[in-house]
Amino acid sequence: MTLEWQVFLTDDGGGRTYLEWLLQAWGWTLGVALAAWCVAIPCGALIGVMRTLQGAPVLSRLGQAWVELFRNIPLLVQIFLWYFVLPKLFPAMQQFSSFWLVVIALGLFTSARIAEQFRAGVESLPKGQRYAGMALGFKTWQLYRYVLLPAAFRIILPPLTSESMNLLKNSSVAFAVSITELTMFAMQAQEETSRGIEIYLAVTVLYMISALTINRLLTWVEVRLRIPGQPSSKGPSLTTGH
Amino acid sequence: MLNLDVSFLSWDLFNKFILKGLLFSLELTAVAALGGLFFGTLLALMRLSNSKLLKALSATYVNGMRSIPLVMVILWFYLLIPVLIGKSIGAEWSAFITFIAFEAAFFCEIMRAGIESVGKGQKMAAQALGMTYAQSMQLIVLPQAFRNMVPVLLTQTIVLFQDTSLVYAIGAYDLLKGFVTAGRIYGRPEEVYLLAAVVYFVMCFGLSTFVKHLQRKMSLV
Repeated sequence: MTLEWQVFLTDDGGGRTYLEWLLQAWGWTLGVALAAWCVAIPCGALIGVMRTLQGAPVLSRLGQAWVELFRNIPLLVQIFLWYFVLPKLFPAMQQFSSFWLVVIALGLFTSARIAEQFRAGVESLPKGQRYAGMALGFKTWQLYRYVLLPAAFRIILPPLTSESMNLLKNSSVAFAVSITELTMFAMQAQEETSRGIEIYLAVTVLYMISALTINRLLTWVEVRLRIPGQPSSKGPSLTTGH
Repeated sequence: MLNLDVSFLSWDLFNKFILKGLLFSLELTAVAALGGLFFGTLLALMRLSNSKLLKALSATYVNGMRSIPLVMVILWFYLLIPVLIGKSIGAEWSAFITFIAFEAAFFCEIMRAGIESVGKGQKMAAQALGMTYAQSMQLIVLPQAFRNMVPVLLTQTIVLFQDTSLVYAIGAYDLLKGFVTAGRIYGRPEEVYLLAAVVYFVMCFGLSTFVKHLQRKMSLV
């Protein structure tokens, strides 16, 4: 069996080569993942903080319900719900492009997992931190802004790194609603050219490069933000997931 | 505004479309969990062995699998198996092989953490009693490692059950496909997607509640 890399230089019938299409697809993958990340981090931080608030059982319950809802339905089903069902239920959503619907679906799905990390981070801090903040007269938002979150955020950077890589990998599920990201490209180009191995190899390598870049980038952030004297993380923590 | 109409739901529909898919999803989950646990434990033992070659092989396999999206792994196996064995085996069989291979990488990491969670004294005591490596692993270390990791293993199995829906990419008939097919035939896709979400949610939420209960019980011991 010989590999024929020339396949990437042939025309796909639409005036562009498969190589150009591959790079465009890579752009879509990165675009979906990055936009979803921008949804997932603030959302996840908010929900995670809600779950750690003291004396606010309703908010805490709400946060818990959010996490359970988004964690216990397969991502593919969630994407179908956002794409096919919600625009029918809420006509205003019909103006959203499929890109944004997938971004919301992927972002909220990931936010539940990020929320759990933030909660665990805040809960892992010694209780004295919270009490000291309260004793200094901080309001709740000040307590979180100046005392709890800066410390918690640094603790959870390693799991956040692996969640970010998961997010990139999960963006592949967008193939199901015809966004021409890498996986969709792989399926279509494989069918059109019958050079599946070359196509899949290229796509796989691009996924690996992207994941590695995220890993290096966030590890660099982790090193830069480390508080002098704080013990460094002992490698990635054990998280279940895909 | 869409009017939801669920009057088309019946046992007949369940028997005709959903049951077959549900059984396949459960089968796939069970086979992948057991197969993944078996091969994952082997990979973990390789990873923790003294041989540099075995270590490197296991690490490459596990890190490779973990850095590719599952959908791509499903597509890869679906493409490669017919090339390697010379005949097509169908989407369902391809899914079984893919999920065992993929989950092995994830169960490997869990079992590795499990083995490392067993105190060193246990292994030394086994050696002092004259047990061989195989005996000490089989009789002393692995049973404890497995027991320590039961909640994590179950959590991973819930994730695995949700992931089986991704066989959509190669058209295997699983639970989700059952719902989608029923929706197409009855012309009620929206209701059917909602129903699929409810069914998945009830199953996964039920199991994860059980895992939490188990965790609480185990932490008391």
